Amino acid sequence: MKDDNRIEEELKVESIRRKVVSVDSAALAAQTPKTITMTDGPLIPKKGEKHVLSSWRLTFIGAVVLLLALIIFKPEPYRQIFIVCIQGAPVTFEVTICAIIGAVVIGTFTGLGSVSSHRWINMISGVYVELIRGIPLLVQLIFIYYALGRFLHMEGMMAAIIALSICFGAYMGEIVRAGIQAIPKGQSEAATALGMTRTQTFIHVILPQTVKVVLPAIGNEFISMLKDSSLVSQLALADILRKGREYISRTFLSLETMLVVALIYLIFTLVLSRLVGMLEERLHKNG
Amino acid sequence: MAKIEITDLCKDFTTVQGTKTVHAVKHASLTVDDGQVVVIIGPSGSGKSTLLRSVNKLEEPTSGSIRIDGVEVTDPKTDLRRIREDVGMVFQSFNLFPHLSVLDNVTLAPRKVRGMGRKEAEELGMQLLTRVGLADKADSRPAQLSGGQQQRVAIARALAMKPKAMLFDEPTSALDPEMIKEVLDVMMMLAKEGMTMLLVTHEMGFARAAADKIVFMDSGEIIETGTPEEIFGNPKSERTRSFLNHIL
Repeated sequence: MKDDNRIEEELKVESIRRKVVSVDSAALAAQTPKTITMTDGPLIPKKGEKHVLSSWRLTFIGAVVLLLALIIFKPEPYRQIFIVCIQGAPVTFEVTICAIIGAVVIGTFTGLGSVSSHRWINMISGVYVELIRGIPLLVQLIFIYYALGRFLHMEGMMAAIIALSICFGAYMGEIVRAGIQAIPKGQSEAATALGMTRTQTFIHVILPQTVKVVLPAIGNEFISMLKDSSLVSQLALADILRKGREYISRTFLSLETMLVVALIYLIFTLVLSRLVGMLEERLHKNG
Repeated sequence: MAKIEITDLCKDFTTVQGTKTVHAVKHASLTVDDGQVVVIIGPSGSGKSTLLRSVNKLEEPTSGSIRIDGVEVTDPKTDLRRIREDVGMVFQSFNLFPHLSVLDNVTLAPRKVRGMGRKEAEELGMQLLTRVGLADKADSRPAQLSGGQQQRVAIARALAMKPKAMLFDEPTSALDPEMIKEVLDVMMMLAKEGMTMLLVTHEMGFARAAADKIVFMDSGEIIETGTPEEIFGNPKSERTRSFLNHIL
């Protein structure tokens, strides 16, 4: 049980490593190494963590109340803005859900490739991960989008989903790799000693345990994806942000519109992070 | 049942930097006859576990030969899975599958490797769990059991493959003292039934009572081999004597 916690902790650190900020390396080196988890990912509230839970509550209730108040007491222009922007929600969710599935598929293969003993497969996974990690998400997204358009004549939703999947697949791959490596070596040894093949060992022993440790991390990625999906508004896709910007160009109500857009994203993200938190709790309970 | 013959076995490890070679096992030869119980003793780091783990090739020997019922394990053409199916292994840290129930732990390999039906496998599983005294824990998760209980499940899991021989790698070293006996009792039962057993243990009482032959290893070499009476009563080597004086 304790071990489980540690593994999940490590995984969480892995998934946010790319967002970790290190302050004054000399001072850090002098102390025991400490990870500053400065993540823009969700702060997942768990039961028992009163402080986090109440700050989650405060933000959530605050956001909902503010949005409702604006719509009810100042229907001009907020009602209209909300109605326009929320029409982008189906696109946002469609892109997010499809892209996370794509990313999990790509990530599973990348993660397997990273732990593979086959040198070339290993190399390919490594290069892919390094490449993606080193280029800003927006740049990748636009590049892949236009590349798909030019060479495969693919446009719109499909191209955006594939581009996001490729971008997030690399991070997912690192999560899967960490998940597989977090399973103690004794597990595969025990299965091998029982006469199971490598494939059987992987399917019946390693994979079920990996799924359990990586699920919360995948939940976190999902939330990051929801937010980063706003980047596809650059690609002529009518998501929440795009709808808002179109509205601005018609009415010049920039501040009002962006406030509503921000509140919509915030509410979605907070709800999702609570769901991930609950998922994590259930996984813990089932030991 | 089976006969294990180890001849002139060597195992070298290279350090991570690749600069130093450690000779974990040096020219070890050892025979476990059909139905015999052979116990390997010795100080930690003496290569006991490496030698044991070479038998089902969890460690790749550098040179030498291992034969199980005449089949050469180190031959690349040998189907290792066949060997492993017939040689049960019990680990120091149990290595039960935490995501499966106790019964599923026992039945997984018979079902997937031997292709046994679920019902048949579960009957066999319950029978084995009864033998190790844990039938009432069949639906528990490994994490809900004590160390001693987990190790007994691990033994049942190995027995479910109906092995011809069993390897035990320090099966009681990770256990609290009050749980050691329950595991040793199960092992003693197996020994009495005529199971071929090769084990590494620090339980000298068990070694004395159950072993047909005791092998003393130190820094990768087999120093002395003999019956329990010879080793405990009148060790020939000075190193054996000083080791036994230390621990007894």
